[in-house]
Amino acid sequence: MSGTVAGVEARLPIRSDLDLVWVRQHVRQAAAALGFGLVDQTKLVTAASELARNTLVYGGGGEMAAEHVCDGRAQGLRLTFRDQGPGIADPERALSDGYTSGGGLGLGLGGARRLVHEFSLDSTPGVGTTVAVTSWAARPPRQREEPR
Amino acid sequence: MNHDLSLSGTAHVPVLRLGDVLLITLQGDLHDGTAEQLQQDIAEQIVRNRVTGVVIDISGVEIVDSFLGRVLAEIAASSRLLAARTVVAGMRPAVAITLVELGLSLPGLRTALNTEAALELLAMTTPGGPRREPR
Ligand SMILES: Nc1ncnc2c1ncn2[C@@H]1O[C@H](COP(=O)(O)OP(=O)(O)O)[C@@H](O)[C@H]1O
Ligand SMILES: [Mg+2]
Repeated sequence: MSGTVAGVEARLPIRSDLDLVWVRQHVRQAAAALGFGLVDQTKLVTAASELARNTLVYGGGGEMAAEHVCDGRAQGLRLTFRDQGPGIADPERALSDGYTSGGGLGLGLGGARRLVHEFSLDSTPGVGTTVAVTSWAARPPRQREEPR
Repeated sequence: MNHDLSLSGTAHVPVLRLGDVLLITLQGDLHDGTAEQLQQDIAEQIVRNRVTGVVIDISGVEIVDSFLGRVLAEIAASSRLLAARTVVAGMRPAVAITLVELGLSLPGLRTALNTEAALELLAMTTPGGPRREPR
């Protein structure tokens, strides 16, 4: 179910490091509008920053879609990062802490998964990568999902 | 929120000199390019001004992701090679909590609760004083 809080729904391009700034600001503002506390805002913005940078650096650019999701009374924010880059051949390895194919710290994917309530990674080599994350203001509506 | 949107990819963060310490105050949302430029500026200023300490005040920084975390760690590492010690001051509680969950423990990075405490820490560990080697 989708909600209608102003300033939450958006599609933002991720083509440059300036776009990363816009992504972080949008996620911060949307999470605040949905009633996220300061620590939860910070976690979600940090996860978004990691995923958006991956979209830019490894995916060759793409976009982020932000959606307001509701479950009963719970207000959530879903962020979907999409690119048409080379994809991830071994997602398990990509998610493990310390693995990087670039010069990073290898903490972005695994760290982002820890910082959100729901995380899904869908990637096809040669086609692209989609990472979707959802976090809920205050409390998740159901049992927190175990990370895959 | 007061984000500085005027920062361009190669903007410089002002680096202040206080005696033999460089004081850098990071504010708002930093570009990747600005953070990398800062790393270079600090190394150059350490050599030019022969400072022995670097204080980076991040009390105005709302998030530290693995990119900025790595830049901070690399600033500390390159400063150490130039015989200067780095202290990161004023990390917000929400940032600290998030960094731990992200998995970034920033080993080797000295921290202080604020700039004043950072300057005291550097004064305590100046060469000749009771210096402690990091790690
Ligand atoms: N959108 C993407 N497209 C292709 N590969 C990706 C993408 N996101 C992540 N990866 C791969 O997963 C690895 C781990 O990512 P991450 O945990 O963010 O660490 P880092 O960014 O430091 O390399 C990357 O090095 C890259 O090989
Ligand atoms: Mg990454």
